[in-house]
Amino acid sequence: MNRLLFEKRGDAVWISHLDLMRVFQRAFRRAGFLLKHTGGFNQHAYVSLALPLSVGTESGCEIMDFELEETFVPENLCERLNAALPAGVRVLEVYESAAKLKELTHLHAQVVLEYDGGFSDETEQALKELFDRAELPVEKKTKKGMATVDIRPMIRFLKVERISGTELLLDAVVCAQNPSLNPAQLVNAIETHLPACRPDFSLCRRIEVLREDSTPFR
Amino acid sequence: MTNLLERILPTVQKPARYVGGEYNQIVKKKEDVRVRVAFCFPDTYELGMSNVGMRILYGVMNEMPQVWCERVFAPWGDMEEAMRKHCLPLWALEIQDPEKEFDMIAFTVGYEMSYTNILNMLQLSGVPLRAADRDGLKNLVFAGGACVYNPEPLADFVDLFSLGEGEEITVEILSLYDRAKQEGWEKARFLRAAADIPGVYVPSLYVHHYNEDGTLQKIEPLDGVPAVVTKRIVQDLDKAYFPTKQIVPSTEIVHDRSNLELFRGCIRGCRFCQAGFCYRPIRSKSPDVLCEQAEACLEDSGNHEITLASLSSSDYRHLEPLTNRIIDYCTPRKINLSLPSLRADNFSRELMMKLQKVRKSGLTFAPEAGTQRLRDVINKNVTEEEILTTCATAFSGGWNNVKLYFMLGLPTETDEDVLGIAELVYKIIGVWKETAGNKKRGLSINLSTAYFVPKPFTPFQWVQQITPEEYMRRVWLLKSAIKSKSVDYRYHGSDLSRLEAVLARGDRRLGAVMEKAVEFGARLDGWDEYFENDAWMRAFDACGVDPAFYCREYGLDEVLPWDSISVGVSRRFFQKEYEKACRGEVTKDCRQGCNGCGANCLGKEGKCDE
Repeated sequence: MNRLLFEKRGDAVWISHLDLMRVFQRAFRRAGFLLKHTGGFNQHAYVSLALPLSVGTESGCEIMDFELEETFVPENLCERLNAALPAGVRVLEVYESAAKLKELTHLHAQVVLEYDGGFSDETEQALKELFDRAELPVEKKTKKGMATVDIRPMIRFLKVERISGTELLLDAVVCAQNPSLNPAQLVNAIETHLPACRPDFSLCRRIEVLREDSTPFR
Repeated sequence: MTNLLERILPTVQKPARYVGGEYNQIVKKKEDVRVRVAFCFPDTYELGMSNVGMRILYGVMNEMPQVWCERVFAPWGDMEEAMRKHCLPLWALEIQDPEKEFDMIAFTVGYEMSYTNILNMLQLSGVPLRAADRDGLKNLVFAGGACVYNPEPLADFVDLFSLGEGEEITVEILSLYDRAKQEGWEKARFLRAAADIPGVYVPSLYVHHYNEDGTLQKIEPLDGVPAVVTKRIVQDLDKAYFPTKQIVPSTEIVHDRSNLELFRGCIRGCRFCQAGFCYRPIRSKSPDVLCEQAEACLEDSGNHEITLASLSSSDYRHLEPLTNRIIDYCTPRKINLSLPSLRADNFSRELMMKLQKVRKSGLTFAPEAGTQRLRDVINKNVTEEEILTTCATAFSGGWNNVKLYFMLGLPTETDEDVLGIAELVYKIIGVWKETAGNKKRGLSINLSTAYFVPKPFTPFQWVQQITPEEYMRRVWLLKSAIKSKSVDYRYHGSDLSRLEAVLARGDRRLGAVMEKAVEFGARLDGWDEYFENDAWMRAFDACGVDPAFYCREYGLDEVLPWDSISVGVSRRFFQKEYEKACRGEVTKDCRQGCNGCGANCLGKEGKCDE
C-alpha cells in the first residue's frame, strides 16, 4: 500500500475531511500524477484518510493511503506534492507500508485550555483529580440522540501541565478506533463535572498515531 | 491566546470559506504596494469563487505591481451573527485584514438581489454606506458587473461605476487612483478625472430631475461630463488578459471546475435576455487559444472538470474541432468536459455521445414559452419539433432526465400559452414512451417556471410586469394541467421576482428604501432561508415609495433611469424589436444578416462576429 504522512496546520485546519480529499485529488494532478480511479458510472479518484480529523484540529500525524495509475511511485513525489498543496498541508513522508489501519489503536493528543483571566492552583489541582477518577461519564450525541458514555476507559494516559498563566495543557493518549475518543470530549468532561473550571476556549491537536505498544504507526 | 476569528470559526458552518490560504491565492508585501483593493463579491464564497469575471479581474489587478487585490465575500448568517455579537469587522481573505483598511473597495454585481449584501458588507466593515459620507480617497467604493447597466438604485452608495468588460478599464481606474493618492488629490478631483475615462460613470455628477407624476423629467450632467457613458469592451479576446493560474478553493464551490469563455455576445436576440444584448458585439476566442488556455488551466489547477461557457455554445463556429481536441486531451486524464447552453436545433447526437464518454451530464432545455406564437414574440427561435427530436435522440441514447425552463408573464401571454407548456411536457413524455431504450428507471422531468422580470437594455424594457396575483393564477393553471408523476414542477416565488423587477428598473429613490430594508434585516435576499419580503415592504412604506411604480408599463418616450448609459445597442433598435414582438414577428439571428443593433460600432472598424 502507498501511504503518506502529512501535517495539517494553520488555516488549513478549517478544511473538512471531505474537502481535504478533494484537495489531495487536485494536488496529485497538479504535481503531474494521476490517481487510480474507481470504476463505475461516476468515476472518482481513490484516496483514503485513516482517521477523519475534526474541523479546527491541528495535526502532525495524518495518514493517507493512495494508489497511482502508474505502477511505481517516483522518488520526488513528496516534494512535488508539497509544491502543489495549499499552505498548511505538508507531506512529511511518502512510503510503502504493509501495516493495516486496524493496527492504529491509539492517539497521542493535546488539548490547550485557555483561561483568559488566568486560572488558580485549585483549578489545576481539580483537573488533575478529575482525570484520576475511576469513571468519567459524559453526554455524547449519537445517531439515536444523547447517550451517556464513560470515557475513562478510553484514556490510556493523561497529564495536566501548566503552559503559562492563562493556559493549561492536557497531554493524553486516547483510544483511536473501536471505540475512539475525540479529544474534545476531554473538555466536555471538564464542562460536565467541573463547570467552574470551564476554559474560555480550547483547542485540540494530534501529535502522533500509535500502535497498541505505543510505537508510532506508519 | 487564540484570536477572535479563530474562536468563532469552530462555531460556524463551513469555516474554510472565511480564511483564504488556497492554492494560488496572491499575497504581496504591504510595503511593496501603493494601492490595496478589497474586491468584494456580494454573496457567499461558494458563489463568488465560481464567478469567471471575478477570477479574471483578481488576476488583472494583481498583475499591477503597485496594486494588491484581496477578496471579500458576504458572510453566511451564522457568521454574521457572531461578527455582530463580538464586534468583529469584515475582513479580506488573503491575510485577514479588515476591509476598512483598504484604499479601494470594489464590488462585482451580477444580480439585483445582492444589492442589500453590498450595503450589509459595507456596514459590517464599518465603512459609511453613503458615498457622500466618505470624505477622502480612502475606502473609495466602485462597482461593475452585469447588473450595473442600470446603476441608479446603487447611486447613493457607490462612488463610481465601471461599465462593461473590466480587463482594461479597471487598470485605468486603478492607475488614476494611484496617481491621485500619491499626489494627495481631493476626492472630488479624482471623481471628475475618473469620469473622463471612457466607461466610467460617476453618479454624483448627474442630477436626476423628476416630474410630478414621479417619472424622470431629465438627467443633468454636471461639470462637462458626457451625457451618455458607453460600456467598454475588449477588442481582441485572444489577446485579452486571461489568468491560467487561478485560485483553487480548498472547499467545494458551486462551479467547482475550470471555466473558459468560447465567445462574448450572442447572435440570437431573445427579447427578454439582458445578457444577449449587453454583451454584444460578438467576439470569439480562437480554438488554438482556447486549447492552450484549457490545458494550462487544467494543469495548473488540477481540476477534473472543464466547462466551455458562453451564452449559446452551439453558435461557436469551431465547436466541433475544438471539442474534439479538448476531448482528446481530457479523456486519458479522466477529465470531464461540460458544454452548457447548447441549442436544441443543432445539438447533434454525435456531440452528445462524445461528451458522454467521460461523464453523462443532464439534458436541459429552456423553451421559455409554451407555444410557437409566444416563442416568436420573445424571439426564442427554438421549435417544438427541434425539442422533441433532440429528446428522442437523448432518450434513445440512455438519458432519462430532462430539465425544462419556462417563464410566466411574458408580454402577450394568454392562458393558451400557459397550457401550451403542459402540452409540450406531455409530448415529451410521449416521445420518451416511444424511444426510451430502458424504461426501468422511469422518466424524470424537472419543470421550472420563472416570473418574468422586464430588464433594462432589452426590447421588453418598457413592458409591465404582471401582478403577483395574476402570476400565481397562471402557476395554478399550469399546475392543474400537469398530473403526471414523472413531472416535478417548481415555480419561482412571486415576492422575490417582484422585487427583482423593482430593482432592475429602479431609480435613485430606491437608495433610501434599500438602506431601510437593510436596517430592517434584509440581506442574502437571493437565499430562501434569509429572504424577508416583510423587511422590504416595511422599507417601501417607511420611505413612501410604491414598488408597483417600478413594475408598471414605462412610456416609450419616457426618460428612463438608465438613459445616461449605453451598452452599444441603440434605443431605436430596442423599440423596433419591441414593436416587432407585439406583432409576433421574429428577427433572424445576426449571422443571417446584420439587424443593425448598433453594437458593432463598439468594435474596431465597426466589425462584429469575425
